[in-house]
Amino acid sequence: MVLPATIILFVVVAIPIGYGFYLSLTSYNPVETTGPRFHGLAGYAEVLTSAEFWRALGVTGAYAVGTLILTVPAALGLALLVNGKFPGVGLFRGMMYLPRVVSLVAVSMIWLWLYSREGFFNYALDLVGLDPVEFLTDESTALPSLIVMRAWKALGGSMIIFLAGLQTIPQELIQSAAVDGAGRLRTFRHVTLPLLMPITTYVVVVDLIYLAQSFSEIYILTSGGPLGSTTVVNMLVYKQAFENFQLGEASAMAFVLFCMIFALAYANVRLLGRSKK
Amino acid sequence: MKGAWRWRRTAVVALVTAVVMLPFWWLLSLAFKPETEVFSYPPNLLPREWTLDNFAYVWETTNLPVALTNSVVVGVLTVLSNVMAATAAGYAFARLKFAGSRPLFAATLGAAMVPAVVQLIPLFLVTQRWPLAGGNDLFGEGGSGLLNSYAGLLLPLLVQPLNIFLARQFFLDLPEEMAEAARLDGASELRIFWSVYLPIARPVVATIGVLSFTGAWEDFLWPLVVVSSPDMQTLPLALSTYAASGVVQYGPLMAATVIATIPVVGVFLAAQRHFVRGLASGGVKG
Repeated sequence: MVLPATIILFVVVAIPIGYGFYLSLTSYNPVETTGPRFHGLAGYAEVLTSAEFWRALGVTGAYAVGTLILTVPAALGLALLVNGKFPGVGLFRGMMYLPRVVSLVAVSMIWLWLYSREGFFNYALDLVGLDPVEFLTDESTALPSLIVMRAWKALGGSMIIFLAGLQTIPQELIQSAAVDGAGRLRTFRHVTLPLLMPITTYVVVVDLIYLAQSFSEIYILTSGGPLGSTTVVNMLVYKQAFENFQLGEASAMAFVLFCMIFALAYANVRLLGRSKK
Repeated sequence: MKGAWRWRRTAVVALVTAVVMLPFWWLLSLAFKPETEVFSYPPNLLPREWTLDNFAYVWETTNLPVALTNSVVVGVLTVLSNVMAATAAGYAFARLKFAGSRPLFAATLGAAMVPAVVQLIPLFLVTQRWPLAGGNDLFGEGGSGLLNSYAGLLLPLLVQPLNIFLARQFFLDLPEEMAEAARLDGASELRIFWSVYLPIARPVVATIGVLSFTGAWEDFLWPLVVVSSPDMQTLPLALSTYAASGVVQYGPLMAATVIATIPVVGVFLAAQRHFVRGLASGGVKG
């Protein structure tokens, strides 16, 4: 009964990983007819010394961390705010979750207009008397604009996870803290927050892994530009492979990213394992 | 004091909701505005005149109907294949003892951690060189393989390792007595799975269905490399093509986005009850 799934996973995951690793040790341009030319670790050396790759890695990190800095505190604050019953709580949670359900590509279409010259944000700037901004084509605003969009998309989903975490905290703990004379703030700092640490770690690491693989919204809104300021690693891999046809080098980049993501995932498992003890 | 806190909370909640919903408001507003109003300045929060022209325009002048069909076909086939293969595998990992069960399950979990970009290039080459497809010979030379085909689009979506994991967690929680009773009656293992356990697995089937469908519906990078013909584009590809074509016509673009979004929101709302319960039961034993 595991056979169908195993065969499929073997063909679409195991073989490609093995083949991809082999490709990463070669120089391969499919336009030439000679096929992949084996050159060992030279491709990795090239990637690890390439300024372009390190820049893309930096952009990826800035994008992921920037998004998390906007999302996590806001999501936690909102979860605290709406933890409990009030009229319309279901509707509110449903609406907050909507950006998570709608696909990144659809979301990008909406924000393409919001950020456009005649879009909402420039209208808002105009209302307060500021000059229009070319959000997506100006080197200084392109990445922050993408981050704001992505934070908007991630907020509701993270909030729901924090809510689930808050509901596992026994009410007696909160009440006994109140009996001991702790105020709201102190209860939060010394009771709620420590108990929420595991779920916060989970949210941060899972989102980091996910955000490190961003592609579609960047492809659509900026294609990695202007001047490479939004070229994340996935964008660089795509361009090297399918625009410049450097399949060997692109494979090596993909594997370096893989190793970094794997390290993150491993750290996550270790951190969570420790906090459970 | 308490009353003031409540009032402030309501105000903050209302404000946050308004900010989060604002982009959707503009999406709908632009989709239902006539073209002349789309570029009017300042932009109107509500269309002065409501119209379906934008929908008619994208439907008649672009490949949107084809892309919608392609997305539905790929989505439905992805759901079917994941529900069948992932529940069967998850059931076997949870309830049957067989040689290699543990390492195979570990490998499945490992597969879940591989970023899509690592598979991208080799899987593209595998797709292109698929033997005896798209004019290829037995050794995968000469043609375009599975590029520009449903099979090519489906390849990485057929079984998602996470779904196997969810199914396994669900079946782990079910009592063994049911299988023993059926075994005494002489039922085969396949039959026990099919007639005893699968019928009560609706929450996890719903979860797998929703996750597979939305995953297939949103997929962008893989269709981007595997499809070059407009006839095989899925909705995300079609949308990105419209957005990239010189002067963007926002009215029709937003109408197309609305059409592309309704099915996922619908699926999510319809399955929400099952979906939330299924995820929760999957999370008991981590």
